[in-house]
Amino acid sequence: MSALIEVTDLHVTARQANGSDVELVKGVSFAVARGQVMGLIGESGSGKTTIALAVMGYTRFGCRISGGRVRIGDTEVTALDAPALRKLRGRRVAYIAQSAAAAFNPSRTIMAQVIESALIHGIASKADAKVKAIAVFKSLAIPNPETIGMRYPHQVSGGQLQRLMAAMALITDPEVVIFDEPTTALDVTTQIDVLKSFKAAIRDRNTTGIYVTHDLAVIAQIADSITVLRGGEVRETATTAALIHAPVDDYSRSLLAAAEPALRLTGAAQSIEAPVLTVSGLIAGYGGLDSTGMPHIPVLRDIDLAIAPGRSLGVIGESGSGKSTLARVIAGLSPLARGSVKLAGEILPATIAQRSKDQLRRIQIVFQMADTALNPRVSIEDIIGRPLTFYFGLTGEARNKRVRELLDLTHLPSSVGTRRPGDLSGGQKQRVNLARALAAKPDVLLCDEVTSALDTVVAAAILDLIVELRRDIGLTTMFISHDVKTVRAICDDILVLYAGRVAELLPANAILAPHHHPYTQLLLASVPELKPGWLEQSHSRARGSGEPINPRRPAAGCAFEDRCPRRITDTCDRVAPPLRALGPGRVMVCHRQPEEL
Amino acid sequence: MRAMIRTILRLVPPTLILFWFAMVFVGPLIAPYDANAIQDADVFDGMSRKHPLGIDYLGRDMLSRILTGARYTAGIAMIATMLSVGSGLLLGLAASAAGGPLDMALSRFLDALISIPSKLFGLVVVAAFGSSIPVLVATLAVIYLPGCYRIVRSVAVNVAALDFVTVARARGENLGYVMLHEVLPNILGPVLSDFGLRFIYVVLLLSSLSFLGLGVQPPAADWGALVRENISGLAYGAPAVIMPALAIASLTISVNLTIDSIFGPQERGH
Amino acid sequence: MNRLIGRLLFQRFLAAIATLWFVATCVFVITTLLPGDVAQELLGQSATPEAVAGLRTALGLDVPLLQRYGTWLGNLLTGNLGKSLVNGMPVASLIGSRLGNSLLLAGVTAAIAVPIALLLGIAAAVTRGSLLDRTIGAGTILIVSVPEFLVASAAVLLFAVHLKWLPALSQFGRINSALDFARVFALPVLTLSCVVIAQMARMTRAALIDALSSSYVETAVLKGASPSRIILHHALPNTIGPIANAIAFSLSFLLGGVIIVETIFNYPGIAKLMVDGVATRDLPLVQACAMLFCGAYLILVTCADIAAIVANPRLRVQ
Repeated sequence: MSALIEVTDLHVTARQANGSDVELVKGVSFAVARGQVMGLIGESGSGKTTIALAVMGYTRFGCRISGGRVRIGDTEVTALDAPALRKLRGRRVAYIAQSAAAAFNPSRTIMAQVIESALIHGIASKADAKVKAIAVFKSLAIPNPETIGMRYPHQVSGGQLQRLMAAMALITDPEVVIFDEPTTALDVTTQIDVLKSFKAAIRDRNTTGIYVTHDLAVIAQIADSITVLRGGEVRETATTAALIHAPVDDYSRSLLAAAEPALRLTGAAQSIEAPVLTVSGLIAGYGGLDSTGMPHIPVLRDIDLAIAPGRSLGVIGESGSGKSTLARVIAGLSPLARGSVKLAGEILPATIAQRSKDQLRRIQIVFQMADTALNPRVSIEDIIGRPLTFYFGLTGEARNKRVRELLDLTHLPSSVGTRRPGDLSGGQKQRVNLARALAAKPDVLLCDEVTSALDTVVAAAILDLIVELRRDIGLTTMFISHDVKTVRAICDDILVLYAGRVAELLPANAILAPHHHPYTQLLLASVPELKPGWLEQSHSRARGSGEPINPRRPAAGCAFEDRCPRRITDTCDRVAPPLRALGPGRVMVCHRQPEEL
Repeated sequence: MRAMIRTILRLVPPTLILFWFAMVFVGPLIAPYDANAIQDADVFDGMSRKHPLGIDYLGRDMLSRILTGARYTAGIAMIATMLSVGSGLLLGLAASAAGGPLDMALSRFLDALISIPSKLFGLVVVAAFGSSIPVLVATLAVIYLPGCYRIVRSVAVNVAALDFVTVARARGENLGYVMLHEVLPNILGPVLSDFGLRFIYVVLLLSSLSFLGLGVQPPAADWGALVRENISGLAYGAPAVIMPALAIASLTISVNLTIDSIFGPQERGH
Repeated sequence: MNRLIGRLLFQRFLAAIATLWFVATCVFVITTLLPGDVAQELLGQSATPEAVAGLRTALGLDVPLLQRYGTWLGNLLTGNLGKSLVNGMPVASLIGSRLGNSLLLAGVTAAIAVPIALLLGIAAAVTRGSLLDRTIGAGTILIVSVPEFLVASAAVLLFAVHLKWLPALSQFGRINSALDFARVFALPVLTLSCVVIAQMARMTRAALIDALSSSYVETAVLKGASPSRIILHHALPNTIGPIANAIAFSLSFLLGGVIIVETIFNYPGIAKLMVDGVATRDLPLVQACAMLFCGAYLILVTCADIAAIVANPRLRVQ
């Protein structure tokens, strides 16, 4: 059987601002058989999206296909003129973008946009297309299929928009669908439902697909074969099973290793020392305080936590869970309405202005985006040197010596000292970010999603560095992440936040044991595993599929009640769940007894 | 070869700017004649070896008058722009650093000031105070201050929201350090490019006021005033009216092109 | 129309009123701040004491400042604009006799310039990077970087001096036919249009390019939508706000341009009246004209704001 899609020696070139050309895709070839899905995996800059778009004969502004062929069926895509390309796009090949929120036109109704390709290609009347759209909505398990089309994009949640985008692609029954990181922007609990509806749609229609992603575990669920890309070149092409079990290329191996982070710590024994950081009864939010002293828009409610010296607390939660706000409140960057933050037993004033220089020094925060966390106009040695001068009064050679030590500690060559952040790679910038925090010799390091913006292989190296720092200099850390795998790999204890409240606190090595909070279970069940067939076996049992956290739910009852598969009617929606202490370092906030879960 | 021509062409605008600014200081010295002395009775005469840019409506040498006029056009515009951008920068930084009521009050006030069209503002002030060089400088500076403040403030607020500023604040740095060391270096690009654009607006407005007879007053004459006094020569296509107009265009267009080549194309608006 | 939009529009309306009041205060402050004796200053050293005293009474200078401010605001509200210091005519009638001419000039210019500017801006954005785009870009930047009187002079040189098609000055006494009308209007309108078109075309291009590089336009391209469909159905509906802003902004530019153009072509409009007023320091006349221009500017800006609010789907549909 000859392949439906055949790409031969594809080259794509971009014109740079200075007029010179740079090649983004350097001679890529692959083939996809009818009814099969091929995964294109790679990091940022690998050219994966550029290749996927080139399959539709499309390049972004300033780019052009500078060589090679793309064939779909018996159509030479690379030989088509503009009108012929328009006949192909949306009819025979359809595209699902990464951010549906941006890909939907904000000023038109969803229905108008979903049925547009059917109207453009004249395959249905407006009335027929609407009927068909509603059928597609139903097949994708989109809620309110009859009426959702009358809404505007901003009235619909991200997970649903992503499914609506799929409906938009499928309305013309295309032969080929291109999925461009369609679930990357979603939370894991939403991602799993979207993936399931995609998979069903592909199977039911016998669609041929190209699935672009950076996430090996996701692609293992969807694709029949995988092409690994790096720097615009193919590193390896293999069937999904072969690539996962026996990768040939070195780079494929490192991707694979990074996708399944090894447990880097063997769960240090419970410390009996007094905690270095204690948070008690913390309530925080925005929009000023009301008459009862509660914030108008509460973000965090009744948070209690403690970190013993040398230990690492992982905080996980989805977007809207308040995890970043927690770090900001501890650092004094965001206001606190009630409760206290104690450092070595001493209550910290709420704001930076009220804290002493030494109190500020002892808590350091490292942000997610290394790009924006470093002043682009300042050299690396000055970035790292400033806290040395500011806190310890170091200048001249003493300062330079310490800067070199810190560069060494974070495995950066001393030659980067004179350079500016713009000259460094993403991973190097994150190391500088860490070095600057370490320069203050902090008692507690707050890491806010420090690996989320990095490519997987680079992120794995940063995690290794943090583990090494913990071991070598006994760093106490609070590690905030949306990724259970990451937190599990490097933390001793895990705090699960949902809608600004503690759902569960547990030792990291207890996470595989049974009896967890229903939300923890949902999170764990939603993280894709690196084995084909996991998606079919997993049974995420969240209700109200794909609805994000609603932070404005009334304070009475449990915040998770509307999504909880184990809710007790008339209890969970009315009474706040009790806090159950289940032994050392284990807390659960739920109406159910642990044994029931 | 083409690359060489391109490089030379790229050097023309900055060279012209430098030339005109040199003329601000030495214009009258290198002018071939006394700018105010009548040389020739042949008014509105064309270009000749003796008077390369022709003769004006009274018989004065145009080249000398234009070289002398640079002092007023480029000089006044430069001082006014420095005042305007300097105070806009100061107020913009202060507002974005302080935030709260100060920011609000300043922003409201200056936004309201922007709603008086620039030429109109100039006319009202000249009607009230008469026209003198200090009044002109002050008026031009005030007119373009709100625009500059707005740009500085919006860029500074954006930079101040970046993580590296948050890190500096969390370290305990005082407001002055944060604004001077963290924010200012990162807004210099937009501020410089804004400086260039404001300079163009100031030159245009100053020339327009002088053209209306409400700007620089005789016997001093900037380029706008030179166009005005020779406007009757337009009917003969006399160089006396065309040359000063070209001088203005050469300055403003050069500044525009130079900004573009340094900062990339800007979106312009007065 | 929902409540949010209603509230936003009401806020805009209030803001416009407040700004107008602020502008009135500014005009009052500037025109009364003159140090020393205004009447003496205005009449010069050679004036007789009686003349100075007379002018002082005419200006109301013997009344306390705050009371003068109140009277000035009250008079503005009731349309009592005072009398010209120069010829004693009521300012309202001076303005009234000229207003029509200026509105005609502005109206004709807007009617010509707005469609051309939008077309040029759209054409440049659609063909981004092409020769056409670069030509439009170079032409408009040339025009926005030179003073209006230079554009006017160039037009006179070309059409009146070299080609001799048109008269250099507006000659209102001799309008007998439509052709005369066109000949008289041609140069002022041409000059003003050039300035307005350059400004508006640049802003339109920028707004449209913003929309064209958006993800939803890419989606439409990948659906196989034709270029006209992409512009009309996808890009333009999202640029109504910015384009309304561009139009308002460029037409306010027209207000500035009118001042120069009416002077250079000797056109009997309000702007010429005001410039003459400034030259003779006829303060009541200048004040009234200034308020008129600021009012027009505010109306334009407020209209653009309203268009942007009403066109925003996020505000329209909750």
